[in-house]
Amino acid sequence: MVTYEERVLNALGDPTRRAVLKRLRGGARSVGEIAEGMEVSRPAVSQHLKILKTARLVTVHAEGTRRLYAVDTRGIESLRKWLERFWDEALTAFKAVAEREAMKERKR
Amino acid sequence: MTEPTMATGTDANSVRKVVSVQAPPAVAWRVFTEQMGTWWPLASYKIGKANAVDAVIEPRIGGRWYERGDDGSMCQWGSVLAWEPPSRLVLSWDISAEWQYDATLKTEIEVRFSADGRDRTRVELEHRHLDRYGARRDEMRRIFDTEGDWGRLLEAFAQAAAA
Repeated sequence: MVTYEERVLNALGDPTRRAVLKRLRGGARSVGEIAEGMEVSRPAVSQHLKILKTARLVTVHAEGTRRLYAVDTRGIESLRKWLERFWDEALTAFKAVAEREAMKERKR
Repeated sequence: MTEPTMATGTDANSVRKVVSVQAPPAVAWRVFTEQMGTWWPLASYKIGKANAVDAVIEPRIGGRWYERGDDGSMCQWGSVLAWEPPSRLVLSWDISAEWQYDATLKTEIEVRFSADGRDRTRVELEHRHLDRYGARRDEMRRIFDTEGDWGRLLEAFAQAAAA
């Protein structure tokens, strides 16, 4: 079975897909808008979007007759978890140094 | 109970931590602000190409917060928004999706130091406004950062995603 991380990495392993994601950072766009100015055809962009969607990197929603693609907002949760781990690590190290310093001062 | 613990009342756009330190507030403040380079995990969490040797907070409102590389380079992370020794510090953390300094980003880190009995300090940290990163930007910046430590960043990403 292909894991979620592998799907993400595979999805991001392709330069065109990375370019597609970069274009979506500015906001939601249609396939046509994404393909504009790119060196790949619109059907090819659609294919790439499908892969990005499977990897949960982009979402799609309808606005009138248009289908708009956007970067997946669920990522904020991964960011939060990543920062939780980061601050745990940093504050544990901070605590150790501060306690060592306090000990040194008490001995003075 | 293991420390640091997660504070109660978390919301989706912030991370809150509390740690109790066996040191007076003045010492905790000094270590946090003047000696950041002694405890910040510089090996993994830095933005410059050079090896980071120190993390520096300039001690005033508007002061810069930056890493110093072993080649003398300086990479800014953010700036000082509140400077109230020895009790309250607010920093902006302005690292963008492109893993570059972006002064408009301003996620905020507030740290409060309060005396907790004799020679003990309660340190509360909140990293907020994470929504300013927009959707998935943190992952994007790490993944696009092919100049950086790709392997470790992907590992961090994978762990975060699996957690």
